[in-house]
Amino acid sequence: MSSVVIEEPGRTLAQGFGRGVRDWIPAAVVLIVVLVGWQLAIEAFDIQRFLLPKPTEIASRFWTERSTLWAAGWFTFQEAFWGFLAGSTAAILCALLLARFRPLGTALMPYFIAANAVPIIAFAPIAIAWFGIDKGSKVAIAGILCFFPVLVNTLKGLTSVKPAQIELMRSYAAGNLQIFRRVRIPASLPYLFSALKVASVLAMIGAIVGEYFGGSLTSLGIQIKSAAALFNFETAWAAILVACILGIAFYLAIVLAERLAMRWHQSARGAQA
Amino acid sequence: MSAAAAVSIQGVTKTFAKGSTTALQDIELELQPGEFVSLIGPSGCGKSTLLRVIGDLIQPSSGAVLVGGKPAHQARLDRDYGMVFQEAVLYDWRTVAKNIALPLELSGWERRKRADRVQEMVELVELSGFESHYPWQLSGGMQMRVAIARALSFDPKLLLMDEPFGALDEMTRERLNLELLQIWQASGSTIVFVTHSISEAVFLSTRVVVMSPRPGRIAGIVEIDLPQPRTIDTREEPRFFELVTEVRELLRGSHVEEVR
Repeated sequence: MSSVVIEEPGRTLAQGFGRGVRDWIPAAVVLIVVLVGWQLAIEAFDIQRFLLPKPTEIASRFWTERSTLWAAGWFTFQEAFWGFLAGSTAAILCALLLARFRPLGTALMPYFIAANAVPIIAFAPIAIAWFGIDKGSKVAIAGILCFFPVLVNTLKGLTSVKPAQIELMRSYAAGNLQIFRRVRIPASLPYLFSALKVASVLAMIGAIVGEYFGGSLTSLGIQIKSAAALFNFETAWAAILVACILGIAFYLAIVLAERLAMRWHQSARGAQA
Repeated sequence: MSAAAAVSIQGVTKTFAKGSTTALQDIELELQPGEFVSLIGPSGCGKSTLLRVIGDLIQPSSGAVLVGGKPAHQARLDRDYGMVFQEAVLYDWRTVAKNIALPLELSGWERRKRADRVQEMVELVELSGFESHYPWQLSGGMQMRVAIARALSFDPKLLLMDEPFGALDEMTRERLNLELLQIWQASGSTIVFVTHSISEAVFLSTRVVVMSPRPGRIAGIVEIDLPQPRTIDTREEPRFFELVTEVRELLRGSHVEEVR
């Protein structure tokens, strides 16, 4: 019998890498153009350094202050990470519970969606009153920021399974628990991971903004705030660069976990095809 | 009225609570083991509902369904049903082999026995070499073959198929029709097959049940006396056309009645 065979996009590692590098060339060119343009613009228009320091100055500060900056970065990253872990775990457990007991989910869902639309970061000063000036309040802010998007998305994933997929399981005399384990949970993974990606970004924002309201001297938020207050703009920008690098690394770690957990998904392969 | 009937539908009526529509009214039908029965009728005649009532996925408002002498509910718990829907309904996160193995996993087959059976089914539907492919890597016809292999994997007594080839192109459809007949003959299972296509119903079935809408009921039953096994040439025999005409006229009759 003749059948349509869709080529498996399994490339060798070397090919994949070579192709990966080539795909990144345009983006790298853009980065270089922007940095050079930035540097030249400051010299050409004599832009004051408190408005925008030169990239070369930021880079040299990034290097000379590296031990302080990375120590602060690591401190803040830990806050964000624990907040992310606690918030997401709580959200996933809640979603499982609400998907299992649907009337409860139906009753609470509107509030979760509303809470998801609230700028929770506004509660940051209050969180400091509740959880203290130390790490605890930052972890709490990051955690609460992560909680709602992960909850809403995971619940959506768990409950928006195609009815026929459930019917088929029922025809095999599968119980609710089996349906949960074999259908609802795997079907929710794409939703869960897109929420976790958003949450990783929110956790970094939560931790840094939380620190702006006070906290340890070895934290990125305080470093940025005090450097700016002292007109030490190059240091502030270098600290922001550290925050960016950590944020992107965090995000990429989630993307990697997603690829590993969802090797079956179309997006995991042939994404460039 | 013997207990040995593969399916015995006894006075089944189904009204849906909303809008008090009568989806099915007083359906009486008996299927003998090894029969291939098609349900055909215009949209809204309740043929899919009837299939789901047989499969215990929908409860009838009144009447009863016995499958191999057992209540439908018990038959479902005993895993007597293999179901195939209009869409293949494959689980995206499972490979072809694992999709086929799903009902076996649920019935607690041990790993080695499961692997052997899956291999057998893969060969039956001619998908060798695709065991570790994921659903998105397959064409529509191949996906449907996986669904059929899955439905047959645990040797169900009764195969319930809801327009399984409805979404496929005509050529794939005719090829899968032939394959299905081969599988049916090899397995000896009883099949209830819902379709929109008159020629498909006549080609496949031993009996065609023509249904009419509002309320859904049986308008007539046509015995298909075409010789077995059916081949590509069956579709060109004069008797085939006579039977197609007979079914068509029954369908039209039920439709005229509805218009009046």
